[in-house]
Amino acid sequence: MTVHSFQEHFDEKIDNEVSIEPRDWMPDDYRKTLIRQISQHAHSEIVGMLPEGNWITRAPSLRRKAVLLAKVQDEGGHGLYLYSAAETLGITRDEMIEQLHSGKAKYSSIFNYPTLTWADMGAIGWLVDGAAIMNQVPLCRTSYGPYARAMVRVCKEESFHQRQGFEIMMTLANGTDVQKKLAQDALNRWWWPSIMMFGPPDDDSPNTAQSMRWRIKRFTNDELRQKFIDVTVEQAKLIGLTVPDPDLKWNEETGHYDYGKINWDEFWNVVKGNGPCNKERLETRRKAWEEGKWVRDAALAYAEKRKARKEKATLAA
Amino acid sequence: MQLINKNLYGDYGDKEQAGGSNDGAKHNTASEWPLWEVFIRSKAGLDHKHAGSLHAADAEMAIENARDVYTRRMEGVSIWVVESRYIHASDPGESASMYEPANDKIYRHPTFYDLPDELKHM
Ligand SMILES: [Fe+2]
Ligand SMILES: [Fe+2]
Repeated sequence: MTVHSFQEHFDEKIDNEVSIEPRDWMPDDYRKTLIRQISQHAHSEIVGMLPEGNWITRAPSLRRKAVLLAKVQDEGGHGLYLYSAAETLGITRDEMIEQLHSGKAKYSSIFNYPTLTWADMGAIGWLVDGAAIMNQVPLCRTSYGPYARAMVRVCKEESFHQRQGFEIMMTLANGTDVQKKLAQDALNRWWWPSIMMFGPPDDDSPNTAQSMRWRIKRFTNDELRQKFIDVTVEQAKLIGLTVPDPDLKWNEETGHYDYGKINWDEFWNVVKGNGPCNKERLETRRKAWEEGKWVRDAALAYAEKRKARKEKATLAA
Repeated sequence: MQLINKNLYGDYGDKEQAGGSNDGAKHNTASEWPLWEVFIRSKAGLDHKHAGSLHAADAEMAIENARDVYTRRMEGVSIWVVESRYIHASDPGESASMYEPANDKIYRHPTFYDLPDELKHM
């Protein structure tokens, strides 16, 4: 086959919603873009464990602790599904981890904000997981098979994450004055970073067209953001909390909420590494990796020793 | 039009022959735990089905990790693991000739036979 026919065959599959599988021919840029997108997604799941991990020991009840523990464990699992999906594209796990630790690979900026109170566990589940779900559900039909299959698994598990978060917010919002204040304060701090999770506005997102062509993105950033705002504003009303955007207004004509100006300077600043917790998050990951090295080495040495012993026993028999 | 080298990247196995990315080859993976493919039987009576992959030092650890990664919600009653490098896969580039023998044998399907509507229980 010629370059031309490989490309044609690939395009045909994309057009006909046929999945691309690891051993199929694919353009280099498709592979590179996918590696970047999937590994960045995996890193977000892993780093995303940190802000919530911060509250596991201080959860207000055994029920909340068990739930938070299960949620954080799920996020670890999501990271692992996604790392394996990326590995089918020819990058190794260690390389990806190296890229995270060196700062070469990014992760979702939302995890560079601190979790100051218990109410933040509610806000994260409700808003951050909620925004993630909005992003992820369309990816269950993405063109790359292993990625799509990983996303199906992830989405199945995410829905409890959002529900438990909303339950925390609802409980606080119906609680004492102090509890209600905590809930409102968490919403105030997490709202804007959450709607920034969908990424820069469409006119500042040059790769969107190509990614949509490849079906590794199925809606634009602004489309998803609007969808998220429309549903979340109604949810806030339901528990008597106020979304911290004075310009938020229902637009009869468009059938959507109009919203205020997003501070993209803040967004880019956090992406560049200057958010409140960037340094801390990366240091925590690096430390875990370095201090876990002896465990990884010992497990490998032990496995080899056992294998050798078994081989010797078989020979003797 | 120029011929290109076909790059195969393993979903499973055959990675050495497949080549993979050059970036990957430069990287030292000696200390990386091997990759395992995980197959799960979701309930008695069903086949084991590929669930995904993971890294583990040996088979025992692979099964334990598979339990934690792929069966947190009772998705399985039995787990198989096999080191990915032991899986051999057919070449998608040859699928046209590979499956060609089955292409023109529609008489292997029951619908090929034109029988009267009055015929029952068949
Ligand atoms: Fe997740
Ligand atoms: Fe989640």
